[in-house]
Amino acid sequence: MGKARPAARARPGANPFEVKVNRKKFPVLGHRARHDVGQPGASRARALRKRTQTLLKEYKERDKANVFTDRRLGEHSHGMSAEEKMACRFALERQRQHERKSIYNLNEDEELTHYGQSLADLEKHHAVTDSDDDGDDRGTLSAELTAAHFGGGGLPHRKSEDGEKAKSRRELIEELIAKSKQEKRERQAQREDALELTEKLDQDWRAIQTLLSHRRPKVAGGATEKPQPDAYDVTVRELGFEMKAQPSERLKTKEELAAEEQDRLQKLEAERARRMLGTGEDEGTEKAKHVSADDLGDSFVLDRDDRRLLSYKVSFRQLSGDDGEGNSELGEGDSEESGDPDSHSDLDSDAESEQSSEPGGDKPRQAGRRGPPGEAHPSWRAAGTELPYTFAAPETREELSSLLAGRAAEEQLAVLERIQKCNHPSLATGNKAKLEKLFGFLLEHVGDLATSDPPDLGAIDKLVAPLYQLCQMFPNSSSHSMRFVLRDAMHEMEEMVESKGRATFPGLDVLIYLKLTGLLFPTSDFRHPVVTPALLCMSQLLTKCLVLSLQDAVKGLFVCSMFLDFVSLSQRLIPELLNFLLGILYIAAPDKQGQGHVLVHPFRARGKNSELLLVSDDEDMATWQRQALSLRWAAGALKGQSASEANHTRLSCLAACVALVKRCVTMYSTLPASHHVTGPLRDLLALHLSRSGYPLELQALCQSALAEMDSQKQSYRPMVCERTRPQPPKLFTPRLVRVLECGRKQGRTKEEQERRRLIHKHRREFKGAVREIRKDNQFLARMQLAETLERDAERKRRVKQLLGSLATQEGEWKALKRRRAVKK
Amino acid sequence: MAEGAEGAEGAEGAGRRLGRLLEAVLASPGEANAVFDILAVLQAEDPEAVQEAVRACSRLFGALLRRGELFVGPLPPEDAVLAGSGGATRKYRVWMRHRYHSCCGRLRELLDHRAPVGVLALETLMKFVRLEGAHPLQRPKWEGAYLFPHRLFRSVVDGLLSPEEDRSLLLARFREHLEHDDVRFHTMRAVTDALARVAGGHPEVPLAFWNNAFTLVSSVSLPSQAGHTPRFYVEHTDTSDKWKVVHLKEHRKAFQLMWLTFLRHKLPLSVCKKVLVILHDTVLPHLAQPSLMLDFLTGACDSGGAISLLALNGLFILIHKHNLEYPDFYRKLYGLLDPSIFHVKYRARFFHLADLFLSSSHLPAYLVAAFAKRLSRLALTAPPEAQLLVLPFICNLLRRHPACRALVHRPDGPELDSDPYNPLEEDPAHSRALESSLWELQALQRHYHPEVSKAASVVSQALSTAEVHVAPLLELTAFEMFERDLEKKGPEQVPLEFLPAQGLLGRQDSLCAQLFTLS
Repeated sequence: MGKARPAARARPGANPFEVKVNRKKFPVLGHRARHDVGQPGASRARALRKRTQTLLKEYKERDKANVFTDRRLGEHSHGMSAEEKMACRFALERQRQHERKSIYNLNEDEELTHYGQSLADLEKHHAVTDSDDDGDDRGTLSAELTAAHFGGGGLPHRKSEDGEKAKSRRELIEELIAKSKQEKRERQAQREDALELTEKLDQDWRAIQTLLSHRRPKVAGGATEKPQPDAYDVTVRELGFEMKAQPSERLKTKEELAAEEQDRLQKLEAERARRMLGTGEDEGTEKAKHVSADDLGDSFVLDRDDRRLLSYKVSFRQLSGDDGEGNSELGEGDSEESGDPDSHSDLDSDAESEQSSEPGGDKPRQAGRRGPPGEAHPSWRAAGTELPYTFAAPETREELSSLLAGRAAEEQLAVLERIQKCNHPSLATGNKAKLEKLFGFLLEHVGDLATSDPPDLGAIDKLVAPLYQLCQMFPNSSSHSMRFVLRDAMHEMEEMVESKGRATFPGLDVLIYLKLTGLLFPTSDFRHPVVTPALLCMSQLLTKCLVLSLQDAVKGLFVCSMFLDFVSLSQRLIPELLNFLLGILYIAAPDKQGQGHVLVHPFRARGKNSELLLVSDDEDMATWQRQALSLRWAAGALKGQSASEANHTRLSCLAACVALVKRCVTMYSTLPASHHVTGPLRDLLALHLSRSGYPLELQALCQSALAEMDSQKQSYRPMVCERTRPQPPKLFTPRLVRVLECGRKQGRTKEEQERRRLIHKHRREFKGAVREIRKDNQFLARMQLAETLERDAERKRRVKQLLGSLATQEGEWKALKRRRAVKK
Repeated sequence: MAEGAEGAEGAEGAGRRLGRLLEAVLASPGEANAVFDILAVLQAEDPEAVQEAVRACSRLFGALLRRGELFVGPLPPEDAVLAGSGGATRKYRVWMRHRYHSCCGRLRELLDHRAPVGVLALETLMKFVRLEGAHPLQRPKWEGAYLFPHRLFRSVVDGLLSPEEDRSLLLARFREHLEHDDVRFHTMRAVTDALARVAGGHPEVPLAFWNNAFTLVSSVSLPSQAGHTPRFYVEHTDTSDKWKVVHLKEHRKAFQLMWLTFLRHKLPLSVCKKVLVILHDTVLPHLAQPSLMLDFLTGACDSGGAISLLALNGLFILIHKHNLEYPDFYRKLYGLLDPSIFHVKYRARFFHLADLFLSSSHLPAYLVAAFAKRLSRLALTAPPEAQLLVLPFICNLLRRHPACRALVHRPDGPELDSDPYNPLEEDPAHSRALESSLWELQALQRHYHPEVSKAASVVSQALSTAEVHVAPLLELTAFEMFERDLEKKGPEQVPLEFLPAQGLLGRQDSLCAQLFTLS
């Protein structure tokens, strides 16, 4: 029983004496006043009424088994007036009368349709098409037939009877059969005619069709039994599937190619500069990898597509670089000039580079069919005519050596080129590994060439190009083999240091490997997996190895110049190099005793090697001509030199050393402590300069180096730490709680609030229900009391009535008796 | 083969013959003359025979000593006794004791021989020492007096300290006996005497002697604390508190005397280095008066080079633990800093000590600044592995002494024409290092090795408060750095040179192409 709510706070038309106002002591902001005004009298009356209608009724029917249900239409709806009720009932009555008698009577008033057409019509239509064999007037029997079968009508029959002799029934039927047969034959002949005509038409069409379409019909006469596809469809299909001519890429002009090349170089240079600064070093590691929602967690990664490096441009670039090398008269400044948009080298080598880029572009396919696609180099052609065109990739180093042995340098190049082409990674799956191995073999081969006596430096010089190409193709594996070679060299040196306590300069092969590292990998990187170890290796060569002979000095100077070449772009500081140059200057200087030169490790201030490079013969000094140092000297070609030749070599070494010093001075002039870096060298240079009888060229060299040193103006600005921005304290976003209601209800979670609300509601409902039940009981008690009272009153009334009638009866009887008595 | 077998058989036969002689001598004094035969074999050339003879002697005199059949007391001359009219037993004993002496003399000579004979001789002599100690050949002066065969033992020690050849094998063998308290004690005394004698005798002492002496002297190690039960090599029936051997204090005195006598001489450099390496660890803690070492240490410290570097350790212990005044210590340390410290073998040790010395926060700022400046100046010549050590070292100095931060952070200083620091000044107080800045570290920020460059770049930011732990960097070698660089994970794609290579010597503008040719 729902609680009767006061529908209106203060009903406008309510009796003001019935309105009860719950007055508050003081107003509270934010409180909703729900029960400020009420009408107790009205609500009590409403409750009473409702109870009378429901509870009282139930109470009265409490002992009754049957229930009377009034299901008259509109009987319980209060919004209807009696007339409306009556009208509704009448309408229903009429509707019932019009309702369909039987559900199986489909044709009553509905028409079934299919695709918007009446099914009945459709059936008729079908009947027409289906009865093919019947006569023209399909669907209806001919009059004769009807007459013959069913006796027909009276009148025409009589007429025919009149015209001729009446036929017997049998004759009639035979005639009828013959007639229908004839009709049938006629129809068949007609159909055959039509077929013949169509076939003829088809054949005519086929004859014309050859003229219309470009394609020859497959078989002219055959396959007539097979249902021929529609010629139109065939043509449409043909047009659909026909190969369309693809738009071809425009060949780029020379200017565009040059501009592209320049762009590429600029991009690479920017990349190199970024690596040099080492700024992006840690970025890659910190970046979290994106994990897809579909990731299975087995970290399966598809192999990288290694063909990226074989793009059109790269191969073009490489081959054009080869051209530059081959035609030495125009290829000298190729790398510097190639940035220039109107570089002549590009123009001149255009024809060749076109030719060579073509097999570079679709190398794989062509190389598969014909053996030697690489006829790029004109100078190789002669060699190529005698060489076989295909080579299997060598499996061992010996195999490679035997392949290359006994051939001229040009032929060796051609052989290597063909091995690369024949085993291109895109041709077969194993080729990549083969070529990767080839790099390692080639490296070892170079080492062999360098250690042989005398070293074949020309061949090594030529082999640099294939090494570079292979390295470009397989950067990771070649860097691995390079590192392997360097590690070997370092191991050897470390072992020597451990066993003997000192090391000597290694063979020429190690120097060549280091040089190759500089040629194949960018040396200016802040950190590079190959170059950084190579730098350390060179540093070890300069600090651990003793200079015991002229040969060692040449080797050391070669390492120094390599080292300086390595850092020529990044301009980094190499303390070991300066120490070494200092030592070389020292061992070449006269009368140094008594001066406080500070030497470090591989050199000693005094000892048997402390005057190794000192030349005291004036005549040799006078006849000396400056010449470049030969790498053959490093390999031991100095053994057979005469004394004056040895003196010349010494002077050359000294000249190279001074040149290196000069380079260092210019390179480190920007360093904040450059005076302290190059300071020790200055004294020794001055000492050399002061010596009389030196060749003029050497003196000039020393002079210029000294002048370079003196020209540098050093400013000492006190160091200041970089200002670091103060770290702001970590901020937390405040916790926002929606204030729904003031008072004790706030500060809870939403669920808690909901729970509290429900509990509260339940309690109130429960109280309300109890109250209602109590009121119901009171109401019932009141009703029972009223009933009892009524019953008592009735009884009293009846008793009174009975007593009255008895008294009347008694009175009447007494009166009768008295009358009788009187009578008597 | 046959010859070898015959030789072995011959040796075996000789052995058997010696055995028979031995039995005879031991069985009856009448056969005593057979001893001469045995001793004659000792003089033989064949090492096998000599070994057999040594074994026979060992058994013979061992048995005689045990039986007490040798003469006890001051030994009269042989001829006098034999000619005299003493009892036959006394004559026999005196005679036999003379044989014993000649046997010991021969064995002492045999110490000079090669390995098996020498070692065997040493073992036999030590056995005699033990038996003679247990059955003394001299009369005790009073009841319970301590008796030890001093003469015999001294001759053994003298034999070990040969001036001619290296005795490291024998010394290693002898070292095993040094665990016994009495042997150790008497060795120390014997060595002291021998050293004193040698210094007095020869003006020029050969290197082998010093090496032997050092090996012997350094192998003596005292127990760290008193109170353990003494172990005796010679078996005694009862020990007495009155014996010097029992007290650790006496041992210490002897130890100190031995070392002081040893170090008083002008030692060769190599020995001196070895001494200094072990001095702080095994010697100084056991000395009764460690400050007596000061002379030696200051002398070493002044001699310069690696020696003075090593001497620092001992000096530091004296200063630190024994309250020694050494005013110029830091000046000496400062003077030791020269470019060679990065290349010497003792680099790790030196920097470990320098870290220790400079760890005090009470050092004056000028001193620390001078060290920092000097080290950074030296770092300009150091190899990369040393730089990885010295750069954090300098940073640690700056962290410990906030007053020195001016070296790397002087916001409003004037621009200077030259570096105010004077590298030639020996006194750190006058080097004006505090007015300077560490420009050298700025230069090293451009070092070719990435790690060094990073280590040097630390100073350009405000230094963190936590010090860098230097210990793991002390032993770093260039080879380890190389391996580490090789192992380091690089980028996935190795960057490549994009300019194509032209020949071995590279492009025209490169130094290699300018200065070198292939022909």
